Amino acid sequence: MALNIHDFIERIEDEFDELEPGKLKPDSVFRQMFDWNSINALVLIAMVKTEYNVTINADDLAKSKTVRDVFKIIETRYHE
Amino acid sequence: MATFSVPGIKVSGLAACVPRKEVSNYDYRWVTVKEREQLVKTIGVEKRRHVEKGMATSDMCQKAAQSLLEGLHWNPAEIELLIFVSQTRDYLIPQTSNILQHKLGLPTTAISLDISLGCSGYVYGLAVASAMMNSFGISKALLLVGDISSLNSAYRDKSTYPLFGDAGTATALERLEDAPQMYFSLEGDGSGYKAIMIPDGGMRNIVSKKSFEYKKIAPGIYRTPLHIALDGIEVFNFSLREVVPNINKLLAFSGQELANVDYILFHQANRLINESLRKMLKIPKEKVPYSLNKFGNTSSASIPLTIVSELRNIVLENDLLLLLSAFGIGLSWATATIEFHRIYCSELLEL
Repeated sequence: MALNIHDFIERIEDEFDELEPGKLKPDSVFRQMFDWNSINALVLIAMVKTEYNVTINADDLAKSKTVRDVFKIIETRYHE
Repeated sequence: MATFSVPGIKVSGLAACVPRKEVSNYDYRWVTVKEREQLVKTIGVEKRRHVEKGMATSDMCQKAAQSLLEGLHWNPAEIELLIFVSQTRDYLIPQTSNILQHKLGLPTTAISLDISLGCSGYVYGLAVASAMMNSFGISKALLLVGDISSLNSAYRDKSTYPLFGDAGTATALERLEDAPQMYFSLEGDGSGYKAIMIPDGGMRNIVSKKSFEYKKIAPGIYRTPLHIALDGIEVFNFSLREVVPNINKLLAFSGQELANVDYILFHQANRLINESLRKMLKIPKEKVPYSLNKFGNTSSASIPLTIVSELRNIVLENDLLLLLSAFGIGLSWATATIEFHRIYCSELLEL
């Protein structure tokens, strides 16, 4: 099963109440979409781990700007 | 060989004590109201208990132990082993277990010793106490476990201050020929020793003038090297990497199945970590009790405190198979499966 970036966006929207559904796009920059802080980072890391069984760390997030950047990391580390 | 079983020892009773002073994260003025709400939602801690100045971990453990001895009608003179597990002991020296031995009126022939462990401490303490009882032929023992982490965290550090609460607990252990096996799996990885750390005040970095200087670590995070530093992402990733395989390893060794376990008691780390573990293990919510919302992360005390505060009526009247899973500082992690047969359990005590 290939991963789908739109599923990933839906899962992010489920996790963060402050995001209006439909507003987040693959090229959206996290820091511009909402108050990005260390707690939000942890929530995202937790979701990626429980939904995809993929571990991302602080460095990965520091290097990622957009939703697509994080999705690419998940794709390269994902095992079915 | 970190997976083993101990026969012939049973848990006879439990007690826990928390300070009276309640602190709410909704009143945490260091961060905005919006951030307070986000903190409560994500880490799952609404309120915590803090000691008053001058109170020590042993005070709460002493009160819990006295209530337990009374409830079980045990004479202090019968106790042959006292183990105190904490990372916030009363003094740098001497060891706190000896002071407790004296205050509780235990005989001088009782073995007393301290173990320095935090989050994983309760399960390690149970393993050491029961194994010592089994091999030394000890009939009755007290395991006293607690921490006062509120004193170590800096108010201006939003990554630690809203998380921790204080508590002290007591567990009574007894030799019983036909008691069911307790199963343990204990592991650790010292390469992660910096993930949760108080850098100064020990012998490596003795206290100096610099130890009292606040530094800005990140926005909203100011602390001195005498305060606890916690690398949230590192601890999160470690917990999600190690805990589930350790639980599965223990169950494979003991031949037990998760579906037959009545309650899974996680160290109360934070809601995000614990809920992620629960989802990974596909355990229903009703099998995973939380005391985190009321008492915060109480370090080594979190598992016995959760049993006393959330399951008291159930442990009093039922035979249960429990799985205990504790993980954190060290890094160090441990799993145990233990059967409780209508144990004695004091009401939650306050000091």
